[in-house]
Amino acid sequence: MEMTLNEVVFYLLSTVIVVCSILTVTTTRILRSATYLLFVLFATAGLYFQMNYSFMGAVQLTVYAGGVIVLYVFSILLTSSPGGDKERPKRKYMFAGLSAVVVGALLSIYLILTHSFPASRYVAGEIDMKTIGQVLMGTEKYQYLLPFEAVSVLLLACIVGGILIARKR
Amino acid sequence: MFDFAVVTQWVDTLLRSFLPDQAALLVEFLLVGLCLLTAYALIALALIYGERKICAWFQCRLGPNRVGPYGLIQPVADMIKMLIKELIDMNHSDKFLFRVAPFIVIISSVLAFGCIPFAKGLEILDFNVGIFFLLAVSSIGIVGILLAGWSSNNKFSLIGAMRSGAQMISYELSIGLTILTMVVLSGSMQLSTIVESQANGWFIFTGHIPAFIAFVIYMIAGTAETNRGPFDLPEADSELTAGYHTEYSGIQFGFFYLAEYLNMFVVAAVATTLFWGGWMPLHIPGFDNFNMIMDYIPSLFWFIGKVAVMIFIIMWFKWTFPRLRIDQLLRLEWKYLLPINLINLMLMVLIVVFGLHF
Repeated sequence: MEMTLNEVVFYLLSTVIVVCSILTVTTTRILRSATYLLFVLFATAGLYFQMNYSFMGAVQLTVYAGGVIVLYVFSILLTSSPGGDKERPKRKYMFAGLSAVVVGALLSIYLILTHSFPASRYVAGEIDMKTIGQVLMGTEKYQYLLPFEAVSVLLLACIVGGILIARKR
Repeated sequence: MFDFAVVTQWVDTLLRSFLPDQAALLVEFLLVGLCLLTAYALIALALIYGERKICAWFQCRLGPNRVGPYGLIQPVADMIKMLIKELIDMNHSDKFLFRVAPFIVIISSVLAFGCIPFAKGLEILDFNVGIFFLLAVSSIGIVGILLAGWSSNNKFSLIGAMRSGAQMISYELSIGLTILTMVVLSGSMQLSTIVESQANGWFIFTGHIPAFIAFVIYMIAGTAETNRGPFDLPEADSELTAGYHTEYSGIQFGFFYLAEYLNMFVVAAVATTLFWGGWMPLHIPGFDNFNMIMDYIPSLFWFIGKVAVMIFIIMWFKWTFPRLRIDQLLRLEWKYLLPINLINLMLMVLIVVFGLHF
């Protein structure tokens, strides 16, 4: 079977994503779970880099691997005793989780089967930083200033909420 | 000026002449990886030797002088010792995380190391978001340190790791903002373009006041980011034994040690690239003969010379200033460096908009 180097890398990264995703939810120790999640995010960033989409990959690394995971690990270390195995979930919760999984799986399969994947408008080569910046900060069609501002309002609400919760004694 | 692209092109054509394209690529990947790791290890040895000698001079001692001439073989002997030591596992700790943590730290350090433009045509990862990528990968190391501290099952390690995490997250802000200041000046995030655009004068001269302020802040924040003195309280040996890597032995400890020294090298190299022209020789506009003479010195020597000066400054910090307390350290960052940095960024933007730089 003829396989290009690109395909080998793709299958390697996909395997890492699948295996580590499963390990993330099956492991009983919360800090291990965070570490497996870190590997998943690494491999996803690897996929972005493979598509030569280095800006997206770098954002993935800073925001998720460098930011969110560090935050997770910090808050796990500060709040719970992370060493102990977590207790078995109650049957009621098991049932709820299982039904959520089934509904989610059905929905995804339905979407994948019915969606017609159009030929990708993939442009070879890296995207200029200037283009990304202008698209992010512009107000015209296909430019993202308004959603961007909306997201920052959301973050502001989160910060205010966090302060309120922290101050309430 | 000698362009190293000639060498890499030659290797490329040579490999493609007798191998299919895919195999040639694979061999090239392996070669690049091998060169990178060799350079990584050799630079670490040189840095360890340099640190011990410089520390000795500052303290009016001789430093290593028994193994080889001037003690030059001492770091090699230390390396062999470290390689053959036993790896000790902790009881009642998470062994998987304990073993994974050093790898996360060293991977982040190697990736950052791979972004540096060493000489003309001698750069490995050269994305158009190069400097952003470098920041991104160097922030991964924190996860490794936190995991190492926790999985050691030791109070001192955990305190060291928490301190280190708080310190690195705080000072990363300053590093990011100073880099942003310089990106505003250069108008590009690609490291090779940043170096090329300093052909008519290094940024520390063309960007004058804000560039100099940014440089000073960068050096302070960079020293803190690498957990070196006077900001070495995550591993303060008098109070925490050795902080997050107390329980590690053998090569696992070696990984932390290597990563720490190489992070210092990366910080120095980024300072060189952003402020002092990277491998670009000293050019003064108008002095054509002088510029020609400067071009005869190979670009690799320029780069290594400048990095050595930066590293000497960082070591000078360490052996001169006493250690800060954790509250002083965080106050320095959040109350002084960060506001100065933001104002400095504003100043730089104004200067670039009104064209007041050289």
